[in-house]
Amino acid sequence: MLTKRIIACLDVTGGRVVKGVQFEQLRDAGDPAELAVAHSEAGADEIVLLDISATNEKRATLADTVRRTARQLFIPFTVGGGIRSLDEAMAVFDAGADKISINSAALADPSLITSIAERYGSQAVIVAIDAKRANGEAQSENAQFDGGFEAYVSGGRKATGRDAVAWAREAEQRGAGEILLTSMDRDGTGAGFDCELTRAVSEALNIPVIASGGGGDTRTFVDVFQQGSADAALAASIFHFGLRALGDLKRELQEAGIPMRWPC
Amino acid sequence: MTTMIAVVDFRAGNLTSVKKALEHLSAEAVVTSDPRVVAKADKIILPGVGHFAATAVLAETGLRTAIQERVERGAPFLGVCVGMQWMFESSEEAPGIAGLGLCAGRCERFPERVKSPHVGWNSLACREGSRLLRGIPSGSFVYFTHSYRAPVVAATVARSEYGGEFSAAIEQGNLFGVQFHPEKSGTIGLKLLENFCAL
Repeated sequence: MLTKRIIACLDVTGGRVVKGVQFEQLRDAGDPAELAVAHSEAGADEIVLLDISATNEKRATLADTVRRTARQLFIPFTVGGGIRSLDEAMAVFDAGADKISINSAALADPSLITSIAERYGSQAVIVAIDAKRANGEAQSENAQFDGGFEAYVSGGRKATGRDAVAWAREAEQRGAGEILLTSMDRDGTGAGFDCELTRAVSEALNIPVIASGGGGDTRTFVDVFQQGSADAALAASIFHFGLRALGDLKRELQEAGIPMRWPC
Repeated sequence: MTTMIAVVDFRAGNLTSVKKALEHLSAEAVVTSDPRVVAKADKIILPGVGHFAATAVLAETGLRTAIQERVERGAPFLGVCVGMQWMFESSEEAPGIAGLGLCAGRCERFPERVKSPHVGWNSLACREGSRLLRGIPSGSFVYFTHSYRAPVVAATVARSEYGGEFSAAIEQGNLFGVQFHPEKSGTIGLKLLENFCAL
């Protein structure tokens, strides 16, 4: 039976892992290579490394960080953050990534999805979408958000005017193999994934959807798999700081009836 | 004397992780697209992600002949993902392109009622006596990512289920194939590669 995946995310800047709470207030949680292997041994089904460096100087270390992290890692490894072209994607694949995740660059030029998928296969292309509920003021200004969620770019700083569900559908048509869907409203809160958002995208698409933003206690993960129809759930800070052991989470999810790779 | 494993590069996807896993196991591997290197290899691994049509290159470049001849003389061969599908007669993904036909049957798309690609960790139902799966119990989880699947045939040594049963691993004499990615399947995957290296 195909299991639901628990994905550990490492937010990296200048080669060091940090984690933002609602995209700000960064804290240092260590070495990416070390953390990736630790997460793998603890039972993570995949590792995602997101480069959130604000400057090019810091981003220049990415290939080296990826190489070091990939070296001892024998589970799927995704790298994202700031990849703007096929050449940049190729450098990341060469360094040892199995999949790349693109966000702002895909919205700016959706053909990038297709060109990477043609070279490496759709399974290697994840389109990341940062979405925010378009209720209140935003909705009245942007009547086209029939789905109720707007896609943002530039680390969540810039609204795009695109409906998140419609954009996800286009990304699939252009060759994306998976969608990494982050709820900006929930990111870093631990208050639970946005199941409504996740379900809307998951049901509109025929490719796997990874839910992100809001993961907290076991219940929040049960909900996103059962009510949100997520194929995978991603979380960062709750693992790094020992608030919850990955293995405990997977065991509890299995006990709650969610198919898990556990023990592994 | 060490044995040399040729990892065949036919420009279909990313071979870094296969090579890395073999290095981790201290196996001597060379990534090559040269039929002469393949013809002299002790063992051959044909990885492959992406489209079945990409296997057309193998016939055009002489790699197909080199692999066939080497395999007929007994060299162990491991096809991974599309590399395993190529061991069948054909695929619905690229109907005009012939596979090696070592196993009868055609690879088909997943039914529409399940999401495709099939991505993630799925369990194996293993058959006793497989050399490739030695020490890997039924129920072990391995990592898949594919949109087409091979049927269950006489050579099938492990089945998986996703919208119906399909071949997760095949084995027939010195020929081996896995639909999943052993290089991405944690300790279980490394064990399988170790078994292949030890043949």
